[in-house]
Amino acid sequence: MSVSKKIVNDFVANGIGFVTTVPCKQLGGVIEAVEKEPSIYHIPSNKEDEGMGLCAGAFMGGKRPAIIMQNTAIGVTVNTLVTLTQFYRMPLPMLISYRGELKEPVACQVEMAVHTKALLNQLNIPTYHFHQPGDEQELDAILKYTFMCNKPVAILTDATFWGGY
Amino acid sequence: MIRSEIIRDIAPILRDQLVVCNIGLPSQELHMIDDQASTFYMLGTMGLSSSIGLGVALAQQKTVISIDGDGSVLTNLGTLPTIANNVADNFILLIIDNGSYGSTGDQPTYAGKKTSLTAVARACGCDNVIECHAKETGIVLQAAIDSKVMTVIVAKCESGNIKVPVITKDPVVIRDRFMNEVARTDE
Repeated sequence: MSVSKKIVNDFVANGIGFVTTVPCKQLGGVIEAVEKEPSIYHIPSNKEDEGMGLCAGAFMGGKRPAIIMQNTAIGVTVNTLVTLTQFYRMPLPMLISYRGELKEPVACQVEMAVHTKALLNQLNIPTYHFHQPGDEQELDAILKYTFMCNKPVAILTDATFWGGY
Repeated sequence: MIRSEIIRDIAPILRDQLVVCNIGLPSQELHMIDDQASTFYMLGTMGLSSSIGLGVALAQQKTVISIDGDGSVLTNLGTLPTIANNVADNFILLIIDNGSYGSTGDQPTYAGKKTSLTAVARACGCDNVIECHAKETGIVLQAAIDSKVMTVIVAKCESGNIKVPVITKDPVVIRDRFMNEVARTDE
């Protein structure tokens, strides 16, 4: 089974029924698998803070949400994470492509990569980093943890994990 | 009419519905006029009232009304194509358009100048967009609720504010009582 399919299976097994995505080459396989999964309502968003608003609504409406985005989104969503997701204490698994790490071909991506963990740390967001193939084994436990504690939780997935670009 | 007069007019209609209310003065006015557990007051995050409301509407069956402002919609303009392409017939977006950023001191918005949010919403693909005068808002809103078709309402009113207290309720309390109303069955 592909890693993308396994990730979506873990979403489904943890009751996630509402997923918003912002396009990403690295996470393209996961986005495709989300789109194909009949038990998930897939709603592409135009910007990640909009997506977090949709997820907050879906959670209050009774569905477990998740967002799929790039690490550049951390720069876009600080206010939303703090004044919506955290302030109202809502769960939000964030599956993130960690651009700008080893094997990165585009220099500009590194500029955001060097701030990614620092920002997540500053925001007190529990952060997990999938670096080696097989690290996805932890996803099920991470999702259970997220919906147990009602917090946004970051899952960074880098190029080494995905086997390059 | 100014925004607070529209809110006072439509409060009896909002009472029985799930409402997501925009940050700042709109939430403070509705909270003061007719606080209901079925209203989710936004205490932060300008621009996301429509996104939160659409999320609630897509996740369950009850009617959801997002009260937004022209300035807030301009902040999150990407919301209109998302609404247009994810039709939830239990969702109503009510944009109270006074052509100004009321909560920050009535600085003019572009919606009060050349930009028509009604035309923008239609261009984004929203099928049922109704622009109305402030005094018609209640009639148009009730008709939208009864139609059970996703509707975007742009209610044009004058700029201006009244003095209102800030909301001191704990955000988790606001969220929890709103979720209880979502889950409540009327029987």
